[in-house]
Amino acid sequence: MSNSTEPPALELSRIAKAFGAVIALTNGTLQLRKNSIHALVGENGAGKSTLVKIIAGLYQRDTGEFLLEGESVDFSSTAQSKAAGIAVIYQEPTLFPDLSVTENIFMGRQPTRSLGRIDRKLMREEAIGLFTRLGVRIDPDRPTLGLSIADQQIIEIAKAISLDAKVLVMDEPTAALSGVEVERLFTVARSLRDEGRALLFISHRFDEVFDLCDTVTVMRDGAYIATSPIADTTVEQIVRQMVGRDVSALFPKEEAVIGDDVLVVEGLSQPGVFHDVSFTVKSGEIVALAGLVGAGRSEIARAVFGVDPYSSGTVRINGAKVPRRNPAAAMKLGLALVPEDRRKQGLVLETSVARNTTLAIQRSLARFGFITDRAENAAARIWDSRLEVKTASLDTEAGTLSGGNQQKVVLAKWLATNPSVLIVDEPTRGIDVGTKAEVHRLLSQLAGEGMAIIMISSELPEVLGMADRVLVVHEGSITAEIDRADATAETVMFAATHSAAEVAR
Amino acid sequence: MNSFTKGLRAFVTARETGILLALVIVIAAATIKNPTFLFSSDGFRDLLLTPSILLLLAVGQAIVIITRNVDLSVGSVLGLTAYLTGRLFIDVPGIPIIVVFLVGIVFGGLLGLINGALVAFAKVPALVITLGTLYAYRGINVVWTGSDRINSSDMPKAFLALGTQSILFIPVLTIIAVVVLIVAAWYLRNRRAGRELYAIGSDPDAANLYGLKVTQRLLVAFVLSGALAGLAGVLYAARYGTVNSQAGTGFELQAVGAAVIGGVAIFGGSGSVWGAAIGAYLLLTINRALPILGVQDFWQRFVVGILIIGAIVLDRVLALRQAKRLTVARNI
Repeated sequence: MSNSTEPPALELSRIAKAFGAVIALTNGTLQLRKNSIHALVGENGAGKSTLVKIIAGLYQRDTGEFLLEGESVDFSSTAQSKAAGIAVIYQEPTLFPDLSVTENIFMGRQPTRSLGRIDRKLMREEAIGLFTRLGVRIDPDRPTLGLSIADQQIIEIAKAISLDAKVLVMDEPTAALSGVEVERLFTVARSLRDEGRALLFISHRFDEVFDLCDTVTVMRDGAYIATSPIADTTVEQIVRQMVGRDVSALFPKEEAVIGDDVLVVEGLSQPGVFHDVSFTVKSGEIVALAGLVGAGRSEIARAVFGVDPYSSGTVRINGAKVPRRNPAAAMKLGLALVPEDRRKQGLVLETSVARNTTLAIQRSLARFGFITDRAENAAARIWDSRLEVKTASLDTEAGTLSGGNQQKVVLAKWLATNPSVLIVDEPTRGIDVGTKAEVHRLLSQLAGEGMAIIMISSELPEVLGMADRVLVVHEGSITAEIDRADATAETVMFAATHSAAEVAR
Repeated sequence: MNSFTKGLRAFVTARETGILLALVIVIAAATIKNPTFLFSSDGFRDLLLTPSILLLLAVGQAIVIITRNVDLSVGSVLGLTAYLTGRLFIDVPGIPIIVVFLVGIVFGGLLGLINGALVAFAKVPALVITLGTLYAYRGINVVWTGSDRINSSDMPKAFLALGTQSILFIPVLTIIAVVVLIVAAWYLRNRRAGRELYAIGSDPDAANLYGLKVTQRLLVAFVLSGALAGLAGVLYAARYGTVNSQAGTGFELQAVGAAVIGGVAIFGGSGSVWGAAIGAYLLLTINRALPILGVQDFWQRFVVGILIIGAIVLDRVLALRQAKRLTVARNI
């Protein structure tokens, strides 16, 4: 155990950070000790990544204290935090694909000889030494192009060791690793801990947190909640701390008559993305796909709609088979997908609201292949007024609208196709509370009219408030199907972080 | 594997070797058809001399392309410095030749700095910025030169001799170009700054996360490209003796073509100045060899176009094969 009089390796207290009007962090507090692996957990959007980026020097804090070994520090670049002994390993490793493994480790601080020449021999020997120490076999001369994520992470760790980093931050390093690779990473992490370094480990997998870490800090809504020794806490307690808010009646779910099966998905699989996904959605029903970011929810939705491929399985709407990889056919059969990223995938930002609204029904508006503004405006007006899109005129560029109004335009576009199944991916992300309630009311109303709705959401209150049924996705599989009556923050969160076998127990 | 076989293997599999082979084939074919292409003092000299100026531009271009940028203004920079060279000899009688060289290099470097600053600070793609400066620099040249032109009688004999003289059968221009090539190749391979240029081109976002001095390196790359174009401008004046406002027009595309043919990936991160240099030789030697081989004038540009497309397709195929091979290697 570390000496308690010694200052912590890294200490953050009451760090705040805002991006314009968006507040990402209100109270970031964290204390990392030497010889320790510290876990940082929290829901999506709890502020973990922002905190990591402040530690890395990528963002600068607005207020609060940042101490490194008892000394106050201010990093204005990643180079500075690196020089101070902090190494950050991002979820997606950041390597130079064209350069060799050795060069990637030493880039920017290669050993040199006379005339500033890089000492390639020494550099290569050091790289081999690092890999021997880590107990892995990676050819130091090959380019990093084509390496597995696991090997790329090992290279990032080798880099951190060669820097002699005192603090090592790993942001969800295990998200893309197999079981064996996770074991290898943990062995390395433990030996780094025993060398006296401080490690911060961010993960959504509680089994890993309990296996590897000795202390855990929970964050929620950009603020620090609690820090406890692993030995003194339980999964249930952490989940409660992570969720810990009242699910209010913000979500006006209307009762709807639930009818027959409309969408039937059977045994949908795509290697490495999702497997054996089966579910049905009935008319008048809102089904939520819950789970953590990266669990595969959007991928399943995209595959159902035909944007992404799947290797086996079937999708049927009202008994008709939806062909693979053919969104146009899916649209004809009455399927609509409101994508997650409305700015990139949902709208043509530079064109008018009217054109965006009618984009999906252009074909039916055309007369002899031509579309008139009049026809476009008339069609757009119906939906934009029904959804109360707040815009000066239908000619306004879509890109200038607020996030909430943009989302309404995207919804209007798809509703104009008169779908029988509507898939909405994160329908209320990044929009204000008022508009959020409007979107919820609209979804509820549509269900009442007999539409089958699949709602993907990372916000638990939204899931619990809106859904008739909750399907929880964990690592590409549906791990639980929970009825509205049984759905609580705890049950959903537990299923989202555990495999199907564990959930069944 | 001993170091010799290792070196041999590296040579055989190198991207540059293929292009060198193509160059040798072109020279051999032309020589078989007409032995004076290589085996006459003029033929040999022209073979080395003609591409020397383009070689300088191609080396500069390769350095910029490696950082995932491009410098389309080099032809205009060359034109401006070539005219400046003539003006210096006219307006400053008795100016030492070495000073003219230095002024030309520094002037070119400054024009390159403007490009670099616009790219690095304004964050506008280099393609657009340097397309703009291509016209802007040429415009300045036209305003400044007007209908005037520099004639060989305006410049000292010793200076003009640099353009035609040889030392031990090697033209002076070629010697200068090869020295520059060797220094640039050494810099890119052995200095940290050189390696960082590759890193920036390979993944600009990662370079930022690494804390590399991206802005500074980009400035250096553009300054080098400009300075080499400046040097090329001085040599252009020495070689051709006449300079008007259109000197160097279209050279930028030849320079990009040479780099691409030589295996410098247009998306940055890979390739070498050696390849770009051989590419410059291949590009201009083909132009001279095709008439000898009986290919009509009209078809020459077509052949060059095919060569550029072929080089890019080849690089793409090689890259895909390598990616596949590396992925397989990882699973063993």
